[in-house]
Amino acid sequence: MQSRFQQGVDQIARLGRKGCDVMEALGRAGLFLAQSAVGVPSREGWYLWLRQMHFVGVLSLAIVLVSGLFIGMVLALQGYTILVDFGAEQALGQMVALSLLRELAPVVAALLFAGRAGSALTAEIGLMKATEQLTSMEMIGVDPLRRVIAPRLWAGFVALPILTVGFGVVGIWGGYLVGVEWLGVFEGSYWSNMQASVSFVSDVGNGIIKSLVFAVVVTWIAVFQGYDLVPTSEGISRATTRTVVYSSLAVLGLDFVLTAVMFGGL
Amino acid sequence: MTDVPFIEIEDVHFSRGSHEIFRGINMVIPQGKVTAIMGPSGTGKTTLLKLIGGQLTPDRGRIIVDGQDVHRLSRKALFTLRKRMGMLFQSGALFSDLDVFENVAFPLRVHTDLSDVMIRDLVLLKLEAVGLRGARHLTPAELSGGMARRVALARAIALDPELILYDEPFVGQDPISMGVLVQLIKRLNQALELTSVVVSHDIKETLSIADYLYLLADGQVVAEGTPHTLNANQDPRVSQFVHGEPDGPVPFHYPAETLYRDILGQATATRAG
Repeated sequence: MQSRFQQGVDQIARLGRKGCDVMEALGRAGLFLAQSAVGVPSREGWYLWLRQMHFVGVLSLAIVLVSGLFIGMVLALQGYTILVDFGAEQALGQMVALSLLRELAPVVAALLFAGRAGSALTAEIGLMKATEQLTSMEMIGVDPLRRVIAPRLWAGFVALPILTVGFGVVGIWGGYLVGVEWLGVFEGSYWSNMQASVSFVSDVGNGIIKSLVFAVVVTWIAVFQGYDLVPTSEGISRATTRTVVYSSLAVLGLDFVLTAVMFGGL
Repeated sequence: MTDVPFIEIEDVHFSRGSHEIFRGINMVIPQGKVTAIMGPSGTGKTTLLKLIGGQLTPDRGRIIVDGQDVHRLSRKALFTLRKRMGMLFQSGALFSDLDVFENVAFPLRVHTDLSDVMIRDLVLLKLEAVGLRGARHLTPAELSGGMARRVALARAIALDPELILYDEPFVGQDPISMGVLVQLIKRLNQALELTSVVVSHDIKETLSIADYLYLLADGQVVAEGTPHTLNANQDPRVSQFVHGEPDGPVPFHYPAETLYRDILGQATATRAG
């Protein structure tokens, strides 16, 4: 009886310790973000940021745009088969545009971004840590938070919303290809229904707000995981996995919350 | 010692978690000399360099570099002090996204307003000093271990520091690059009047270049002196290390039960079970 009681107490203690660890990590991550993202960049800082925009943004362009095209095409195909039963295939443009702008573009682009750019950021920073590049930078008298971390954070913050817009545009075009060119929906109704029902502020604007939130969360997780990892090869592989898992969960969870606030009348 | 001290380490205590690494060490590192800090693996030699560089903070005690208490400096003052220090890392720690030339130019670019022409000349001179002027276009991935360490050395001396910290400079080097590094450390010290601190457990090489040595064990300085006095030291802890004996005060066996109990105790338990 005593031992069972003891076991229970141990379990609660373990839970408490775990809770403390999580809170401590969150605190560390918060400080890390505040120290690295705040501050005015120097002239060289702009150059470093531009370089990272290439690595984080331009190199993710292909995967994001191709995925956008296919998702738009699939949406049109699926939407058509349902809408045609009700004789409402004229509303295809509206359906494709709203589902892309409100949900699919921000969420899928963020998930792809986490897999493509987020994991690369974690691995790159982790490798710099494991090979003592960050330490040696400190010893040269350069703050790695400003030189290595800040440009990567800001590149992620800016790149993902742009990629999301690209995803949405290509997706709508993909929907047009399948719906109008292939399945024969009247072109005028595809575009005019879309124009009539999509609101710039509440649909396009909210989609971009979502993607801004996802950009901050995904980049923050990726960069922090790289900076905070155990500097061994095993540590790097674990941190890379964690980046993808944590950021995917964070994106999907936050998406529900944001949707509830934006469109759910909360 | 009558020399002017450049670094003074006073009663420094440091632990990681429950593991106590330093239990009150005291050292004086004189200006313009090569001082070696030696000791078996895991005695915290690299940790000591990180304490001197201000990357770690001691639990107790203080470290004075050229009259300034490293751990009481503001972040800005600490970074200014670091410009006067060079550190050679065990792995070289070259920036993998920059080529050899840009690696050496890095400290000059961030800390000086020199023109590109001037930086080019300076970098080539530093690379010439380590014999790698011809390798300026290579990337760190294309360098051998010894070459990477020489490039790192060129980078460490780029700003003409007053102090240079070498972290295990001889580890994993073939005899030729080892000889090159020994020569370089010695020559740089003489030519630039650097204060050098070499952390190492390669006895022969270190004894050949050091003016003064400290031997660390069990979190304390167990011996100090010139290479000659250390060689003659009779303390078993010192002679085991200096002469490389496998067993002695530092035991060959990791602490365990006696072999008899471990094997026969197990056998009796199995039979009884």
